[in-house]
Amino acid sequence: MAATDPMLDSGADFRTRLQNWLPKIVLAPSFAVMVIFVYGFIAFTIYLSFTGSRMLPSFDLVGWQNYERLFRVRQWDTAIINLGIFAGLYIVISTIIGLMLAIFLDQKIRGEGFLRPIFLYPMALSFIVTGTAWKWFLDPAIGLEVTMQRWGWTSFEFDWIKDSDMAIYTIVIAAVWQSSGFVMAMFLAGLRGIDNEILKAAQMDGASNFQMYRRIILPQLRPAFLSAFVILSHLAIKSYDLVVAMTDGGPGTSTWLPALFMYEYTFTRNQMGIGAASAVIMLMTIAAIMVPYLYAELREQK
Amino acid sequence: MKKLSTGAAVLALSTTAITSVASAQDVEVLHWWTSGGEAAALNVLREDLAGGGIGWTDMPVAGGGGSDAMTVLRARVTAGDPPTAVQMLGFSIQDWAAEGALADLNALAEEQNWNEVVPEALQAFSTYEGNWVAAPVNVHSTNWVWANTALMEELGIEQPGTWEEFVAAMETAAEAGYTPLAHGGQAWQDATIFDSMVMGVGGPEFYQASMVDLDPEALGGAQMVEAFDRMATLRGFVDDNFSGRDWNLASAMVINGEALFQIMGDWAKGEFVNAGLTAGDEFQCFRVPGTEGTVTFNSDQFAMFGVEDEGDQASQVAMASAVMSPEFQIAFNVVKGSAPARTDIDASSFDACGQAAMADLAAAGESGGLFGSMAHGHANPPSIQNAMYDVITAHFNGEFDSATAAEEMVTAVELAQ
Repeated sequence: MAATDPMLDSGADFRTRLQNWLPKIVLAPSFAVMVIFVYGFIAFTIYLSFTGSRMLPSFDLVGWQNYERLFRVRQWDTAIINLGIFAGLYIVISTIIGLMLAIFLDQKIRGEGFLRPIFLYPMALSFIVTGTAWKWFLDPAIGLEVTMQRWGWTSFEFDWIKDSDMAIYTIVIAAVWQSSGFVMAMFLAGLRGIDNEILKAAQMDGASNFQMYRRIILPQLRPAFLSAFVILSHLAIKSYDLVVAMTDGGPGTSTWLPALFMYEYTFTRNQMGIGAASAVIMLMTIAAIMVPYLYAELREQK
Repeated sequence: MKKLSTGAAVLALSTTAITSVASAQDVEVLHWWTSGGEAAALNVLREDLAGGGIGWTDMPVAGGGGSDAMTVLRARVTAGDPPTAVQMLGFSIQDWAAEGALADLNALAEEQNWNEVVPEALQAFSTYEGNWVAAPVNVHSTNWVWANTALMEELGIEQPGTWEEFVAAMETAAEAGYTPLAHGGQAWQDATIFDSMVMGVGGPEFYQASMVDLDPEALGGAQMVEAFDRMATLRGFVDDNFSGRDWNLASAMVINGEALFQIMGDWAKGEFVNAGLTAGDEFQCFRVPGTEGTVTFNSDQFAMFGVEDEGDQASQVAMASAVMSPEFQIAFNVVKGSAPARTDIDASSFDACGQAAMADLAAAGESGGLFGSMAHGHANPPSIQNAMYDVITAHFNGEFDSATAAEEMVTAVELAQ
């Protein structure tokens, strides 16, 4: 920067430079922290997954051995199948319920301001709280089942949480309860963003309400669908606390999810190498969803 | 002025903190004995040490099995700041010793003749490559059945001596509308029962071959299938709501007379005693039928971590010495429900079950029937133990039949090695 203007002395020059540099200086610490604690640790985990680490990290490379073992461990299969069931149902049901709630709330009903936070509130609870509450509610000895029986419906049975084939579905119930309101908020925002002019034009052309939703509104909600999908799918892949609070992986090992697997193998079973390998697989699963999404989003903005 | 005095107070506080660290006469003890009885038992040790001018920095980490405590420990050791002494179980001690993290107690052990008074099966865990690295506190035996005497009399049941009699007794209870077997469906509780089934089916040789030596033929063989079959039989005697129940709630079912038996380690005795029942009279304890003459055990020990400072080392030795003293062993184990870790202790202050435990322990130690419990990490390392847990609990919850479970045992153990 050549200071040819006599009005610009070296002090002003310093000030401009400072102004240019200030944002970078202010951001530098958090940038450094981010690089070390997110990307550094990701790199470290990937490295660990190729070592023979057991109780403490060790640095002797063993090649693909941890990955080979990971895919032979039966719990990993259980965890993957459970993730399929859980993520599939969780995403689809939450999206449908969220969309329905949003459409109903969008009918210019009275008391919307009152209802909206009620539906949204569960998202403010941690999964641990949700899990514990649902665990009590679904426990046949103290919750819904025994209450119904005491009220006189003696044949009532709902013991899924104690049934190893059905327990994973109780986790879906609790997770859907937690997230539907949040999905509703996203769709509501999307609905409010739709141009009224188009709707009025369609109305004048004699389109029914159903047709308007099917042909005009839902297609325009595409970005909201995408965001809901991305948020719900990463919640599903990393979900750990809900399972721990509700069933702790049981009955038996029937409600294990990959995140639970990762924690167990890394921290309580002294099989850090296999745990790291499972973490890498989880990261790759998330990346497989996020990268195409981010790519599409960023390209659209150009 | 106010600000100044706060500053002075902070300064004063920090100097006290510094001096207490520098005096190096404290032991910092990491443990998970946080329940009332356990904390009271630990107080005996704390006062003992205070008598010798050694302070006690308590570092309790709640969580029954100690896995949370082990996570805390890992963080402390990785940060280069290990506690002086840590409550530990079985193979964890060996793992830490293999990392070179533990201190050497040989001089004290020599002086106090630990080699003679501690059973050999226990020494296997307290020593690493011939060096003493930990002081054992107690021996819990895990192959006990706890029974409600009043209910046994009501149903006309005698103490069963064989597996068939045991099953018959439970059938009687089931017909009378009681829960025959109180059980909590957590992996470690399933595994606790499994220990006794393996021992009951094949005796010490089979237990050694399958649980300790991890011989694939034993793990996948006919006897293992039989052990799983017995597990399935027991599964038929637990109530529908067993999944996820804590062990002490299962004990309460026996105490209240809702359930006939519970198979559990002798920490269950504490629950019965706290409920006001007397051992041998209002509640019974006997070995799981088929496992008489053998004892599967787990043992709490204090592992001593390697510290640089000589003052710290001295207080460590003093603590180990206090732990091994007969007075502490009696005072602690009477409260905890377990048997002392030394065999030369007078049994008169223990109750009927405690005395039986000590006699069984001494006899099993003599005859070679004393085995570390797989369920409690005393037969094989944690990775294998947990791999076995997975199979046992999956079978108990009906995911496999017995033959598949035995096959899975072989695969799971192979993968965990």
